Amino acid sequence: MTASLVIFLVLALLAIFAAVSLIVQRHPIHSALSLIVVMVALAGLYLLMGAEFVAAVQIIVYGGAIMVLFVFVIMLLNAEEEERTNFSKLATYAGVPLALAVAGFIAAAIAKSGGSLPAAEPSGTLTSTKTLSNLLFSDFVYPFELTSFLILVAILGAIVLAQREN
Amino acid sequence: MTDFLTQYAYLIVPIIKIAILVFIVLTVDAYLTWIERKVIAHIQARWGPHRVGPHGLLQPLADGVKFIFKEDPLPANVDKVAYFLAPFLTLMLAITSLAVIPFGPQKFTVFGYETHVGIADVNISLLVLFAITALGVYGVALAGWASNNKYSLLGGLRSSAQMISYELTLTLSVVGVLLLAGDFSLRGIVEQQSSAQGLLTWNVFPQVIGFLCFYIAAIAETNRVPFDLPEAESELVAGFHTEYASMKFAMFFIAEYTSMITVSCLATLLFFGGWLSPFPASWWPFTQYLPSLMLIPFGLWVIYDGIRYENLFGRIMLPGVGTALTAVGAALIAFPALNGAIQGPFWFLAKVFTFLFVYIWMRGTLPRFRYDQLMSFGWKFLLPVSIANVVLTSIVILWRMY
Amino acid sequence: MVPTSYYLILSAILFGLGIVAFVFKRNIITIFMAIELMLNAVNLAFVAFSQSLGKPEGEVFVLFVIVVAASEAAVGLGIIILTARNRKSLNVERVDLLKL
Repeated sequence: MTASLVIFLVLALLAIFAAVSLIVQRHPIHSALSLIVVMVALAGLYLLMGAEFVAAVQIIVYGGAIMVLFVFVIMLLNAEEEERTNFSKLATYAGVPLALAVAGFIAAAIAKSGGSLPAAEPSGTLTSTKTLSNLLFSDFVYPFELTSFLILVAILGAIVLAQREN
Repeated sequence: MTDFLTQYAYLIVPIIKIAILVFIVLTVDAYLTWIERKVIAHIQARWGPHRVGPHGLLQPLADGVKFIFKEDPLPANVDKVAYFLAPFLTLMLAITSLAVIPFGPQKFTVFGYETHVGIADVNISLLVLFAITALGVYGVALAGWASNNKYSLLGGLRSSAQMISYELTLTLSVVGVLLLAGDFSLRGIVEQQSSAQGLLTWNVFPQVIGFLCFYIAAIAETNRVPFDLPEAESELVAGFHTEYASMKFAMFFIAEYTSMITVSCLATLLFFGGWLSPFPASWWPFTQYLPSLMLIPFGLWVIYDGIRYENLFGRIMLPGVGTALTAVGAALIAFPALNGAIQGPFWFLAKVFTFLFVYIWMRGTLPRFRYDQLMSFGWKFLLPVSIANVVLTSIVILWRMY
Repeated sequence: MVPTSYYLILSAILFGLGIVAFVFKRNIITIFMAIELMLNAVNLAFVAFSQSLGKPEGEVFVLFVIVVAASEAAVGLGIIILTARNRKSLNVERVDLLKL
């Protein structure tokens, strides 16, 4: 029971409980808070694996910008608790076991093929930002420029969409 | 016993350091409120607190007792999760950000465990600080929304929009420093500024624009004057913390002062050489006595002031404090090892307190921005200027390389 | 150390929970958050493989996924705001004008 395994279990259970809480909570603001907990737990897992820059970017961008956008929209649109409508019993009684079966099937397939991965564990060595940036600006410079263009288009689209009609 | 300590030193030593740091920071927070009230009062030609204890020095203690005994109401129809979470989240993030700040250069060994003056020495300490700043928006937004009060909601949304806008400038204005240092860790950035010329190689000289953008954005981030419209008393009652009283309000209050301290620490580490002395290394035989040279006259002056104080409590307490300060100053001259160890943290604290004084000075002097002026200043002026700073710095670095 | 398959199983479980949330929730914003959860699960798998195989390209791709998720969230929330203004409700079952 090494320290890494304990930390992994704590963070993994936190992520799973927060994801279940996202499904179970009725008010969207509580679901948003649960999703933030999932993202912080995942950032902790990235740190455990040694991907420190990705962990920091996950918290800064996902947790600090995207989820803030969600929280703002929930507050501005005055979202309320979900109404208790019973639209379909079939969905609940057949759907949930089916979804869990799909996830279980994927998990079992992964666990069975675990031995065929070349190195069986994430090495935990820290990936330096220098390596990532060298890759990003040499091999991946074309996707990098494309994503900057994508962000520009998204900004323009969001501004046009949210304008008030004159 | 020592065997157990040596084996688990990697857990015990950080816990002891955390306890010491949290105690020191909370005390500094409390006395920062005293300094602020005295300085603003003197700027406004009045005295500030001077009744509770000599020179009002026990005022923070009285405020703390008040916060503990005041009623803590729970408004009707609030969202309980968000209402209780917001002040805890803000305070927790503010104090956690102190974990990655290095206070001095020394590495010392205790129980066979080599450690440094600071809690965590990570490779990406600057990014960790930005991540914590990014998460700080939630405390304000949730506080405003959970209070079931339209003024709080407006104040909370305005404040979080302001924090997000100035966060961009904050992050970009530091990129110039990162280009010069080549390292995300704060310790590496300070070490890159160290040289034999002292003051002249600090990052503030190549990066003046970056420093100004950083400091202005940091003031906006911490919601201080002149950017404190969201919590101004005359505008929106008290903005997002209207419905919070006593202990929860105290948490917001402490979180604000702690983030002021963190931002001042960042400004000194990034731009002003952190723990480096401003004097050249060749002056070391003289400048090593500066801490004692400042402490001993100050201690003697406190003794002199205390002897003639008006009430008996002051006549006992102030000379006691003065004697302690003089004794510390004398001990620094007597023990060179202690003097050497104290130099780094002494300069660091001196610079941090200078920045905190500038914060307080601005609060006493400047009027506040209107909200649309604030947002247009952030987006239309500061952000392009910091981007231009990044481009300019990269051009100069490339030109020097080739 | 922790074997890679543990990280992948966690990723699969989070993805499955994201699908359950996507199918069963009725508030459009919660459904959108379930999409973000699925993207995060995939990111976890990417980073796990990247570290276990020793190739940093996986982490570079994670950065791209995060950026694309950000732009998608911005545009998607803009559309959600418009739909909410028009239909006066955030319930996906109320947006049924095309229903027979």
